[in-house]
Amino acid sequence: MASVTIRDVRKAFGSVEIVHGVNIDIQDGEFVILVGPSGCGKSTLLRMIAGLENITSGEISIGNRVVNNVPPKERDIAMVFQNYALYPHMTVADNMAFSMKLRNADKAEMAARVDKAAKILGLVPLLDRFPRQLSGGQRQRVAMGRAIVRDPQVFLFDEPLSNLDAKLRVQMRTEIKELHQRLKTTTVYVTHDQIEAMTMADKIVVMHDGIVEQIGAPLDLYDRPNNLFVAGFIGSPAMNFVKGRMGSGGFVADGGFALPVGTAPAASEGRPVVYGLRPEHIRIDPQGVPAEVVVIEPTGSETQVVLRAGGQEIIAVFRERMSAKPGEIIPIAPTLSVAHLFDADNGQRLVA
Amino acid sequence: MDDFTLFSIGSGTMTATATLSKDRIEPRYSAWERLKSNRDWLGFWFMMPAAAILLLFLAYPLTKGVWMSLTDVKIGRPGVFVGLENYEELIFFDKTFLYSTGFTIIYTAIASAAKFVLGLYLALLLNNNLPFKSLIRSIVLIPFIVPTVLSAIAFWWIFDSQFSIISWALRKWGVIDHNINFLGDPILAQATVIFCNIWRGIPFIAITLLAGLQTVSPSLYEAATLDGATKWQIFRHITYPLLTPIIAVVMTFSVLFTFTDFQLIWAMTRGGPVNATHLMATYSYQKGILGGQLGEGAAIATAMVPFLLAAIMVSWFGLQQRKWQQGSKE
Repeated sequence: MASVTIRDVRKAFGSVEIVHGVNIDIQDGEFVILVGPSGCGKSTLLRMIAGLENITSGEISIGNRVVNNVPPKERDIAMVFQNYALYPHMTVADNMAFSMKLRNADKAEMAARVDKAAKILGLVPLLDRFPRQLSGGQRQRVAMGRAIVRDPQVFLFDEPLSNLDAKLRVQMRTEIKELHQRLKTTTVYVTHDQIEAMTMADKIVVMHDGIVEQIGAPLDLYDRPNNLFVAGFIGSPAMNFVKGRMGSGGFVADGGFALPVGTAPAASEGRPVVYGLRPEHIRIDPQGVPAEVVVIEPTGSETQVVLRAGGQEIIAVFRERMSAKPGEIIPIAPTLSVAHLFDADNGQRLVA
Repeated sequence: MDDFTLFSIGSGTMTATATLSKDRIEPRYSAWERLKSNRDWLGFWFMMPAAAILLLFLAYPLTKGVWMSLTDVKIGRPGVFVGLENYEELIFFDKTFLYSTGFTIIYTAIASAAKFVLGLYLALLLNNNLPFKSLIRSIVLIPFIVPTVLSAIAFWWIFDSQFSIISWALRKWGVIDHNINFLGDPILAQATVIFCNIWRGIPFIAITLLAGLQTVSPSLYEAATLDGATKWQIFRHITYPLLTPIIAVVMTFSVLFTFTDFQLIWAMTRGGPVNATHLMATYSYQKGILGGQLGEGAAIATAMVPFLLAAIMVSWFGLQQRKWQQGSKE
């Protein structure tokens, strides 16, 4: 096990720079998830940690050793690929033992380690099968088994769940988290799915266009997003952004209605701001802003309602079932005492 | 009528439904319309053109050839059935037949092996990221595109006893003091035609194997790299095993083409000098068409069939072994 330090790392393909100076500290044993929309550079960053891509500038170290010029096989890492990259002509057991076979490891040790990993992942009855004969979830598990057998310093996961169906994805999410709690190996995990990031990570790194937008624990990102991008990316359905400006008493939306802000940020009066309001932080309040119901989407456990207030669309999620019909006017108000306020020009969070 | 009474026991509406549906069941299709929608019948007719072509241009000539090999037919004279006499004559009295059979086997073995090794090497080379990749790939195909006879004539000049550019160049450099008689010396001539066959056959193998290489997911190489494999180990444990199915197919074709080669030999040496470069195909033509002994010529051609079948069997069983492709156990 080891910590991973990423210092001012840049990556350019030809003249196009796609990772612009990233700094991340990953503690020993931590489960860190790099999350961001496609093309944000998260996979490239992971591949640089693995040694599959060169580092244009900056420094990556694994356990106090700078690995910039260390070939992948000497970095003591194991990677799980999006398409699993199982060797199709080898059985499950051979797939898992391949790295040891290359090292001419002792046969008994090889069998013991494969067996141990297979037991952890419930792969024992599948050891003689070929990858073709496995389901998606089983292949995923074999790919993890191959990583576990290596007993590496760091696990790298590159969107490992995106080829699975929705139900299996939830199940594997739990399995991977459980595996990490058991093995406590430092893990770097790349995904574009913020729910995966929220549910599994000790620490989330939100990336966008080759830069790190925010690093923090899942709930910190949810509660205090640094900027509009993080605010919109974390949470589902996404946070509502109400455009407006700061008035003397609080926030006044472009549509004319006012929303409470708690303590207003200093010297902000008259400034154009974006008011961030999570769908689940909306309640029905007779004193609230009148909003027209546009669409109602019941999911069983909750009800999503698309509302329109002052010409701006707002999505609300209620725990209760709703009897309202489209076209009806309901009064809404935020449940939070402190609002998320962002500068309309640069998208940064305004602190009270 | 039984149906009707059964329904009429029930309510009036039910009876009405029954009569209604009876009307609907009876749409009349003509025999032609029913035939038109019959998949088996249609399928049979869709298959016919292909079957006709195969019968006319493959099965018929093959059967005719085998039949001729059992007669003493000559050009200008219908033959009579003589049993295996032609084969006896070839095997026990015709040294050239045995020699050409031997040379065909050697020719096929050496040329196929060399084409495989060089083709695979070239494919691996071309699978890298080279500048002007597609241009280089097209250039590699040229020996395959040029008509065989054309390239054979070019080679004939290159290896000519008087005008050979190779002899000329070596003489200019002072390596040799007289022309090399490439196509006049039996052993040299054999080596030369084998070389030409290799030159011509490499592109087919290289491009086909390159196509095979490109089906191998790059992430497998990356996974193997992370697993600690060296370049050689990656080739040995990943690339080569994954390529074996396509190697089996392409080598079967290569062996079949090489074994039945005719054009190259005929354009360059016509089987000479002193029959040293005769392949079974050229010897069959020489004997049957030029020599007029159609029966014996046909026997030589027929004698090639067991060899070809053997080559096909080898690759067939080679292909059968790869159970990891099939997905089921066993």
